[in-house]
Amino acid sequence: MKQDLSNADVGAVHEGVHHPISLYLKVWGYLFLLSTLSYLVDYMHVQGIVRWTLIVLFMLLKAGLILSIFMHLAWERLSLIYAILTPPLVLLVLVRIMTIEANYAFWTRAIFMGGGG
Amino acid sequence: MLQTTQDRRDREVITPALREIAADWSADQEVFRHTHWGKAMMWIFLLSDTFIFSCFLTGYMTMRASAVLPWPNTAEVFALNIGGQDIPLVLIAIMTFALISSSGTMAMAVNFGYRRDRRRTAGLMLLTALFGLTFLSMQAFEWSKLIFEEGVRPWYNPMGAPQFGASFFMITGFHGLHVTCGVILLLIIASKVARGDYDRTGDYSAVEIAGLYWHFVDLVWVFIFAFFYLW
Repeated sequence: MKQDLSNADVGAVHEGVHHPISLYLKVWGYLFLLSTLSYLVDYMHVQGIVRWTLIVLFMLLKAGLILSIFMHLAWERLSLIYAILTPPLVLLVLVRIMTIEANYAFWTRAIFMGGGG
Repeated sequence: MLQTTQDRRDREVITPALREIAADWSADQEVFRHTHWGKAMMWIFLLSDTFIFSCFLTGYMTMRASAVLPWPNTAEVFALNIGGQDIPLVLIAIMTFALISSSGTMAMAVNFGYRRDRRRTAGLMLLTALFGLTFLSMQAFEWSKLIFEEGVRPWYNPMGAPQFGASFFMITGFHGLHVTCGVILLLIIASKVARGDYDRTGDYSAVEIAGLYWHFVDLVWVFIFAFFYLW
């Protein structure tokens, strides 16, 4: 009985996920395009803030496509989406802390260790 | 009193989606009861894995920002000589395309799984595993080139900052381990699909769950490609 119930549930969830194959081919194409673009950023020797902005932009677009379409997150319940997407935000705190730490370590090495590693 | 409560309720703009969240979480320990348990568990595992990879990447950021010796130019380090000409980062680009293609075939395998198309699902999963193996063999080539030709070690790097070796072997090694596990998982599930196990139970969720893991491996590579190879 329990088995039947869970199967019925699965069926209900999957009902809305009958997407045509062309959707996946399209996303595949976009991912190829975005990868090529980010490769071109390096190939064209784009430097400085433009380089970093473009790299992060293409990275986020690719990640968004994979998460939402390939991993079907766009069609999940909002509770699951939030449970998955909000916790990683605290990583920004870690990154901030480690930026300060790295800065401190760098200047300590540069000033007190004669620039040696 | 009753009147004002009613008014307030009318003025409140609560979307049905937010109401759904409230309903889900107020159901105590059964928040994810609408989701297949295996899928919910896989997502929670992937969330923890996100933190592991993020720690590696943050560690890499810290080491790179605090290194006093010059950081090697990845475009040159990972260049390949093709037709007498050094093409920067070309091997990594091919690896990226291989992994993206594997994600594409996996997404289609999941789709055919929903449609209970046994043959196509198994075939596409096998193709996904082959792309994964292609990726792994290129990574093995990359590693051996770096170890034997360039002399890079986890604790030493002749091109500058030794932290480069440490973060490279740690990050790509851990990712490669994930790809290896993914290939094994895909082969197991594909053989079960081909054998008709899921037709008997009528539940193809295992394909989707394996797919989640595989897409995650591709997702992590997106970040490694951006931060480690392109930055």
